[in-house]
Amino acid sequence: MKVKELVKELNLEVINPGENMERTISGGYASDLLSDVMGHSKPDMVWITLQAHVNVIAVASLKDLAAIILVHGQLPDVEVIEKAREEGISLLGTVSDTFLTAAKVYESLHRNGNDKR
Amino acid sequence: MDLDYNIEGGDFTHAGEASSHLKKILKSLNLDSALIRRTVVAMYEAEVNVVAHAWSGTIHVNIQPDHIQIAVRDSGPGITDVELAMQKGYSTASAAVREMGFGAGMGLPNIKENSDFMDITSEPGNGTILKIVNRIKP
Repeated sequence: MKVKELVKELNLEVINPGENMERTISGGYASDLLSDVMGHSKPDMVWITLQAHVNVIAVASLKDLAAIILVHGQLPDVEVIEKAREEGISLLGTVSDTFLTAAKVYESLHRNGNDKR
Repeated sequence: MDLDYNIEGGDFTHAGEASSHLKKILKSLNLDSALIRRTVVAMYEAEVNVVAHAWSGTIHVNIQPDHIQIAVRDSGPGITDVELAMQKGYSTASAAVREMGFGAGMGLPNIKENSDFMDITSEPGNGTILKIVNRIKP
């Protein structure tokens, strides 16, 4: 399943399309601890978080994540969106909370055979 | 190839820029993507440590055909007990830093896991020198 298909299925807001809308998702990771994501996420995963500051862009970029999903309908600052644009990061949003978002992403990925765990 | 970066303590807005720059350089050298990821993750954690704990710092990266060496030097409070600091979950980060999702006590363990060689020398009250080496397999 590609990022753009997940966007459509879960009706996610595209805050910044980035370069990864055509990328195939390898799984998901939900955490608000940046070092946890640094240590445990895998390339091509979608990362669900409520952290909406500029450092999440660096983490997603350095770990080659497929996309970031910001929960609770948060709109990040202009500088965050600008950074996502610079780094080509796909930045998505939902009004849903972390638990529900993770459940929906998990269900979608499994139904489409993406998450191999 | 040598690369030098300056890191400002407390400047979270620019934290990670040195690591992002290094990633672009390593990519342009066509190195293995897993090696690139390990190297930039280790460097990012080191960068954040300087931003979160020190007053200022420098990063020197030396790229050789068979390895990448990263030396991070900071002026800061130093680490009193390096062994304790290496333990997962141990952190001296401020509440503000924790609120941003840093300071979970995973930085140094992450550096260890993402490097082939890691060495910390610290002088409490003065600063810390961290060296990381990652081998480039032929």
